[in-house]
Amino acid sequence: MKQLTFDAVVVGGGAAGMSAALELDARGHSVLILEREDTLGGILMQCIHNGFGLIEFNEELTGPEFAQRFEEKVSARNIQASLRTTVLDIREEEGRRVVYAVSPSQGMMRIEARAVVLAMGCRERNRGNIRIPGTRPAGIYTAGLAQRLVNIEGYIPGKDVVIIGSGDIGLIMARRMTWSGCKVHAVIEILPYPSGLTRNIVQCLNDFGIPLYLSHLVTDIYGKDRVEGIEVTPIESGALMHEKAFKIACDTVLLSVGLVPENELSRNAGIEIQPTTNGPWVDSMLMTSLPGVFACGNVLHVHDLVDYVVEEAQRAGANAAAWLSGYRPSREIRIKTGSNIRYVLPARLNPERENRLYMRSLVVKNDVRLEVRLDGNVVRSRKLAHVQPSEMLSLTLGPEDVAAAGRDSVVEIALV
Amino acid sequence: MEQYDVAIIGAGVCGANIARKLSQYELDVALLEKEIDVSLGTSKANSGIVHGGFHDHISTLKARLELQGALMFDRLHEELDFPFERCGILVAALHEDEMRAIEQLYLQGVENGVIGIEMCSRERMIELEPKLNPDVVGGLYAPSGGILEPYRFVFSLVESARKNGVQVKIEFEVAQAERDGEFWQIQSKAGETIRARYVVNSAGLHADTISAAFGAERFTIAPRKGEYYLLDRTTKAKPSRVIFPVPTEVSKGILVIPTVEGTVLIGPTASPAQDKEDFATTRDQLEHILHSARMMVPSISENDVITSFAGLRASYGNDFYIANSEKAPAFVQVAGIQSPGLTASPAIGEYVKDLLKKAGLRLVEKPSWDPYVHKVPRARDADPYTLDTLVAQDPAYGDIVCRCERVSEAEIVKAIRAGHTTLDGIKYYTRAQMGRCQGGFCTYKIIRILMRETGMSWDQITKHGGNSAILKGSL
Amino acid sequence: MQELICITCPMGCHLSVDIDAQGEMKVTGNRCVRGEQYAREEIFNPRRVVTFTCTAVLPDGSLPGPSSNLPRRVPVRTTAAFPKERIPELLDVLRGITVRLPVARGSVVLERALGMEVNVVVSRSIGA
Repeated sequence: MKQLTFDAVVVGGGAAGMSAALELDARGHSVLILEREDTLGGILMQCIHNGFGLIEFNEELTGPEFAQRFEEKVSARNIQASLRTTVLDIREEEGRRVVYAVSPSQGMMRIEARAVVLAMGCRERNRGNIRIPGTRPAGIYTAGLAQRLVNIEGYIPGKDVVIIGSGDIGLIMARRMTWSGCKVHAVIEILPYPSGLTRNIVQCLNDFGIPLYLSHLVTDIYGKDRVEGIEVTPIESGALMHEKAFKIACDTVLLSVGLVPENELSRNAGIEIQPTTNGPWVDSMLMTSLPGVFACGNVLHVHDLVDYVVEEAQRAGANAAAWLSGYRPSREIRIKTGSNIRYVLPARLNPERENRLYMRSLVVKNDVRLEVRLDGNVVRSRKLAHVQPSEMLSLTLGPEDVAAAGRDSVVEIALV
Repeated sequence: MEQYDVAIIGAGVCGANIARKLSQYELDVALLEKEIDVSLGTSKANSGIVHGGFHDHISTLKARLELQGALMFDRLHEELDFPFERCGILVAALHEDEMRAIEQLYLQGVENGVIGIEMCSRERMIELEPKLNPDVVGGLYAPSGGILEPYRFVFSLVESARKNGVQVKIEFEVAQAERDGEFWQIQSKAGETIRARYVVNSAGLHADTISAAFGAERFTIAPRKGEYYLLDRTTKAKPSRVIFPVPTEVSKGILVIPTVEGTVLIGPTASPAQDKEDFATTRDQLEHILHSARMMVPSISENDVITSFAGLRASYGNDFYIANSEKAPAFVQVAGIQSPGLTASPAIGEYVKDLLKKAGLRLVEKPSWDPYVHKVPRARDADPYTLDTLVAQDPAYGDIVCRCERVSEAEIVKAIRAGHTTLDGIKYYTRAQMGRCQGGFCTYKIIRILMRETGMSWDQITKHGGNSAILKGSL
Repeated sequence: MQELICITCPMGCHLSVDIDAQGEMKVTGNRCVRGEQYAREEIFNPRRVVTFTCTAVLPDGSLPGPSSNLPRRVPVRTTAAFPKERIPELLDVLRGITVRLPVARGSVVLERALGMEVNVVVSRSIGA
């Protein structure tokens, strides 16, 4: 077994992992990135469409273009990355943080690291998770798997497609499948409004005349060996209108019904997971309930913009570096969610530093105010023209905002 | 034309056990299977339970074979390569009047000679199984009851049979048969013909069709559907023992089963199927499963569901129909094998061997018979040091293709080389695609490995043979 | 009268566009000037950035097989937005193009595509 020692290990070599590693390295710490694919870049490598990096680079790059900018920096700085490597376990042995990982070329590796940054990303929810009854024929894929098959493997998973879920991945695949010579018959969305960006509705559905069925549920998938069709049932006033159900013939079903942070490793390590995000609970340093273990990117909470993933991961990397150098916040203020807010990350604020918070709205609304209250008093207020659950919000709070905070003060974030 | 002493029709758990049993003798045996792989019928979609031996009266054939079969699993587990554990079975009573039924089962178990069976108070039940509904009033405990992965069991039996000389013919669907002197001449749908002196009809759902094709007894197998939910291995609702409700007239009820691989299975329901190809799950039955299972284990949450599936029982009468045909010569019927079929299957192998002997088949033991098969090391079971050694011997052990179930490329290659060349076959052999992400991350890798190992082109990759093609085009 | 959704910012204003007999455009429903600009472009000259994949070939001209570490597809993109109605034509041309590996990001696979001032370039360095 290979015995290795590093200041920090980063689990995952996508946008988050690379960004965190770059920060740690820039601050003089030895870092090892562990990545299970055979390239760095993560999921961006299969996202060949443009639209990435508007905030980070003021450009609209494709996924690979965005990822490779970071990959080139990692390479230029000679940061070590072990590819085709799967992390099996994160443990504590005799007071030391140890990561067990395996790869075909290295065999088993036992890596002692003082800090670990979790950047494993997320997985897609599947048909079983949303319990669509029916048969189990070939032809049912998550949108991400179809994306991989088309864009990298070079195979078309089907010809007559129906997409379940109007999230961005599903919309992007509606266009991709059409450009690949398939017929996309419909996109079915359970909510009364689409989950994805409007620009994607326009450029991926309207451009091709693909109908979007809002407030509809797929209630059956049929077909013996291969998908033959689906049954769709409209929802009116919250009730399923079974008598109005109709069928759509197709040979392929793509599911774009949500993402789940991939925290099996975190759970096995005993890290506390927050039910609202399905990601680890983290403090003001983005440190989990396990000392020296940090989390960032989609494994912490599902993001919509990779630019925010990079920002968050850079912060996690910088914080991990500070922690390695002995920095500890002298105190932290608890943050809680107020009205119309689904979650705020992190759960703690450092009153001595700048704090960047990410949060999500529970509602779709125009002309609202994002309010920050310290012990009930509004200390910050910002007007927002439009909020919706699928668009993450961000806020920076500094020492001046919470100057009046005491030992047991609580900061509440709300949308009014 | 190929010629055999015995042709076994149907490579499910019965056919596989019979094949292995017969491989112990100097016989030419063919195991015929209409699907692209073995174990793709009812044997892959059931509860995976080795029953406790108290559900049926000793006067029934199924009870006698169940008791005999249940005792054979430890040895089979040692010789073959399938996961098996005697975790114990509980039957829980939720009302006082259910206790009478419990007592009947207990007495039946005692009469059947079940070792260790006990009646339990509420305290004892909860001590044995803390996840049980605290309102349980009492029950029954059979410590010898167990769990296994049925498709791994069948795969391993077939591997052992093959190792000992049995010819396994997949994609051989029996279309017609006629008597030719001392032989049966059997023709497949694809036009292949073989000859066999004796035929065993273990064709599961289609045993009635096969019986008719051979001019044997006329009966009808009615398919009875059982739907299941599978819960994530991280569920808080995982019991440590199999939990049964008090049985009804028609079925043993909806169970909560801790699978031997760490997930939780809830089901099966019991409803008539539309036909022998009706494997659709239904909203109503799935809701019924959650409702009933929660009565036993209240902490079951629908958020833990990762998939659902349905199996079809080959329903015919109330007992196993295993006998030499009285109409067709040299023809053994193995039909209507519902629960406790899996448990009884090793004993069915013995029983059919004896029936064949009675029908005139000469049995000479094969001195070279090897009961053992190579146990494939699995990355999921290996501690770090063992895994390190495995990777040193075969680097493909270090490539974890399915990280939800921790399945390495080496195991997928072994599955393919053992003849499992469909996504489902690989799934049942290795567990890749069975985890949380249900193949979201590993499917494209498995496709690559399949193409590389077999030389298959993209249009030949299927889910389970037939028209279940995975890909429809190449860019 | 045409209905459009402006995609310049997340507001997604629903625009109504009227073009009178003289070809003059009147846009309503926009909350800022960019909406009018967007409508103008969308109606008279709709353009989209196109992203696609081309067939990868190894240095010896063969295709990457299942044992290869190299992908079968090379992602490409237009360097600017392309006229929407000519996109199917562009895709047909791209379907006939193979890209020899290794290849650097930014390499041009199609210059002045369909006579437009738009190139198609590789969007991922592979094997380099």
